[in-house]
Amino acid sequence: MTKVITDVICPFCGTLCDDVEVTVSDDGKKLLEVANACVIGTEKFLHSQSSDRVTKPRLRQEDGSWKDISYEEAADYTAKLLAKARKPLMYGWSSTNCEAQCVGNEIAEVAKACCDNTAAVCHGTTLIAVQDIGLPSCTLGEVKNRADRIIFWGCNPAHAHPRHMSRYSIFPRGFFTGKGQMSRKLVVVDPRCTDTAKMADVHLQIEQGRDYELLDAFRVALKGEWLPDVVAGIHAEKIREVADILKSGRFGIIFFGMGVTQSLSKNHNIDAAIALTKDLNEHTKYSIMPMRGHYNVTGSGEVFAWQFGFPYSVDLTRGFARYNPGDSSSIDLLLRGEIDAMFTIGSDPGAHFPISAVKQIAKVDSVCIDPHMTPTSGVSKLHVPVAFNGVETGGNCYRMDNVPIDCRKVVEPPEGMKTDLEFLTMVCDRLKKLKGVA
Amino acid sequence: METVTITMKNVPALYLEAETISPDAFAGKNAAQIAELPVFEGNVPSTLGKYFEVSGNAGATAADTKIVVKGDAKKVKYIGFKMTAGEVVIEGPADQYVGAWMKGGKLTAKGDVGAFAATAMKGGELVIEGNAGNYLGAAYRGDWRGMSGGKILVMGNAGSDTGMYMLGGEITINGNCDVHVMTHAEGGKVTIKGNAKSKLGGQMVDGTIIIFGNIDVMMPGFKPNGEVELEVDGAKAKFAHFIGDMGERHKKKKGAIVYGNLYKKI
Ligand code: SF4
Repeated sequence: MTKVITDVICPFCGTLCDDVEVTVSDDGKKLLEVANACVIGTEKFLHSQSSDRVTKPRLRQEDGSWKDISYEEAADYTAKLLAKARKPLMYGWSSTNCEAQCVGNEIAEVAKACCDNTAAVCHGTTLIAVQDIGLPSCTLGEVKNRADRIIFWGCNPAHAHPRHMSRYSIFPRGFFTGKGQMSRKLVVVDPRCTDTAKMADVHLQIEQGRDYELLDAFRVALKGEWLPDVVAGIHAEKIREVADILKSGRFGIIFFGMGVTQSLSKNHNIDAAIALTKDLNEHTKYSIMPMRGHYNVTGSGEVFAWQFGFPYSVDLTRGFARYNPGDSSSIDLLLRGEIDAMFTIGSDPGAHFPISAVKQIAKVDSVCIDPHMTPTSGVSKLHVPVAFNGVETGGNCYRMDNVPIDCRKVVEPPEGMKTDLEFLTMVCDRLKKLKGVA
Repeated sequence: METVTITMKNVPALYLEAETISPDAFAGKNAAQIAELPVFEGNVPSTLGKYFEVSGNAGATAADTKIVVKGDAKKVKYIGFKMTAGEVVIEGPADQYVGAWMKGGKLTAKGDVGAFAATAMKGGELVIEGNAGNYLGAAYRGDWRGMSGGKILVMGNAGSDTGMYMLGGEITINGNCDVHVMTHAEGGKVTIKGNAKSKLGGQMVDGTIIIFGNIDVMMPGFKPNGEVELEVDGAKAKFAHFIGDMGERHKKKKGAIVYGNLYKKI
């Protein structure tokens, strides 16, 4: 007999779908089928069942081979590495739960480390802009029930957040949006003709790197001021026409992604987009929301901000929290050769950072805590596999709209395997002893 | 004026945070006392004397103190941090935060300096004979108050985000500028003798940009406003005048709306 578990949370992307159904074997040890999740989400659940999974911590040997060690030995190694380092970087956190993040922050404080999450390479620029000028935002539920003007700027949910459009932004029939897609007008701003752009009522095929100019042009158009004939490859009449479409809605939302957060102008793009949202609120109701990637990158920002006062790129080396991306941000720290130890958890900088930064990781002492074999575990000296968060252990996570949702455990991890939280607690206890902290 | 010369003898393996290299911290101390001033390499507290050879005693006050930094200071941050008077000469390159939050005195960097030089500068004079990094004279993260007084001269080029949130003071760049000049500025003046790329004056409320070279792409929020003749550094020239950023909020003075000004040499 098999069991079906309903209302399971998908621990993959920031949409954090909460309606997944998972079929498990009677003894709760095997995960058999996944329903309702998109392909990426389904794959994440099924991957936990793969036969080639690493189940024991592995330490790199002189000859480059791996040697299996115990969790106790791995925790000793990690604690010693952090105790010795003059400027360790503790990076990742976006694919683990808030409970583990809390213990991680405790470790960082004792170790006087730099700590950062994956926002450093995706929406960190958004966080800079939010700190600069604020964020008029809302929940995805409000979008579903109210929004009749949807703008996707520099993002492609059709591929990156596959169920976003069906659950919240385009198709669902909400309280004031009873006709679903028919009640909404979709504007997509993207230099590429993506699958999201193909569905749009208006696709503005903007010149690459000119988002800041186009956002400014919309603000100028809303004020009825002079505009040059063409901005960012879009004609002024078109800009004025789209500005009217935006104004004419009852409730609008701007969703934006890495197409604007990581292209030329970075935080300034978001700053201008938030300013545009504010301006639109003089005509009707508007909100803006980042399309956060990892399922709990938002939670990591929340935990950092709650404990240290800043949402990412925090430098604790002097015993108090400092924050200045450009100085305290991971890639800069690596490229400038500022750190002497690397601790990675719940993310894969080996795959996402520039190769020159990855080479720096390979040069220093390093540990990688990850259930998968990744490019990062490949360049690290110690690889500690852990249980899949959101599949083999529960824990708190934050959806892209800052709504906290508790993930659920649906299946047992392989025998003897620790969770992030358990392993970090072991490291924390040992580090405190080494540093002579109570 | 007394001169203290500090010469790098042990280059740090990581980077050195040395906000104590300022006339204010040195004032009233002899060479031995200066060598005891605290610095940090990562999370390890140390002393200035571990990295630098110190010679000469400081004057009684900051105003009576001149510091000469010799040797490789490429990995030293915060030189001239919060200085209020006196003089600092950095003979080679230096890292980030040179003259950050400085209020007075004169700081000369003969080589290149890193990002965040003159962050939130309030007064004094900063001369960079090499190139400046990003965020020259800008606000600190999350602050809305950039440079508000004093003068900066860059003889080489400047990076991006020069004068972000600038409120007052003057920056002159003899070379070229990367993207974003005076974003969100509410006052002050930036003169660029070379070329600029794009995003000049984005979200600018008030202030002045004068540029002698080319601009790759203008901000759409800057509206043509005729031509004017201006005198810059004693020479007169004709400039095209633009006002903006028209998309941004603007204050009123004596009933008239005040815009940011951009002058481009014709
Ligand atoms: S959209 Fe995201 S959260 Fe939802 S099922 Fe797909 S991967 Fe999981």
